[in-house]
Amino acid sequence: MTAESPESVRDAAAGLQQETVSREVVVVNAAGLHARPADLLAREARKWQSRIALVNESQRADGKSILELLTLAAEAGTRLVVEATGPDAREALDAIGSLFESRFNEHENHQDS
Amino acid sequence: MKFSDFVATGAIRSHVHAATKEGVVREMAQSLVDAGKIAPGDLEGIVKAIMKREDLGSTGIGRGVAVPHTKHPSVNKLVGTVAVSQQGIDFQSLDGEPVQLFFLLVSPPDRPGDHLRALENISRQLRDDSFCRLLKAAKEPVDIQHLLEEADSHGVVS
Repeated sequence: MTAESPESVRDAAAGLQQETVSREVVVVNAAGLHARPADLLAREARKWQSRIALVNESQRADGKSILELLTLAAEAGTRLVVEATGPDAREALDAIGSLFESRFNEHENHQDS
Repeated sequence: MKFSDFVATGAIRSHVHAATKEGVVREMAQSLVDAGKIAPGDLEGIVKAIMKREDLGSTGIGRGVAVPHTKHPSVNKLVGTVAVSQQGIDFQSLDGEPVQLFFLLVSPPDRPGDHLRALENISRQLRDDSFCRLLKAAKEPVDIQHLLEEADSHGVVS
């Protein structure tokens, strides 16, 4: 692969639109990133044009895929990095950050994971 | 976590009879009773709890796969089983597709980490298309058991 592949030229031309922004989030709900939060997260991520990735140390998951999000097995207390690349990256990052902060609407005594 | 850590071999089913969401959940829970993993008296409570969880949002996570589950105080370790529906069942999946492959999990209320690690294992293995395809094509429960063992040891080679 060369540096002048059509993709890299197009990406360079897109300029600011391809900016990647990232932030740290913490899994605060006690049950961790299980099936329901992963569903909520993927639904939110799919609302945005930007590519969205969640990174847990060396592991990377597509934020728009529940299956991939579940492979992170992120327990309560886990710190993750959210990366967004695209024209609406900043807004997407804010929306996803809020979802984590809201504990995915889970209460600590929730019995139905 | 490996499949062998939570899948009750005697409860695996390659041809479920049920044609509805609650039917397949009940059939799988019954298979755990038959395998001695849950008490007969807990069957109704577990089926109800799983269906209540489904009401919050389908566990049909796409690719023809669902992971119906609940926490239940009657188990002291995570138990689960695998079933295949040859016809596919409407599970109100997130992608709208019928579900053929089911992983049912019952976990103790105080062990959210084990539940997460079981989901992690299932979702990681299911990213392999040939693993999904071979599970759906299983003729006998023992075929499913062998595929799970193979995935546990080194992943399924396509």
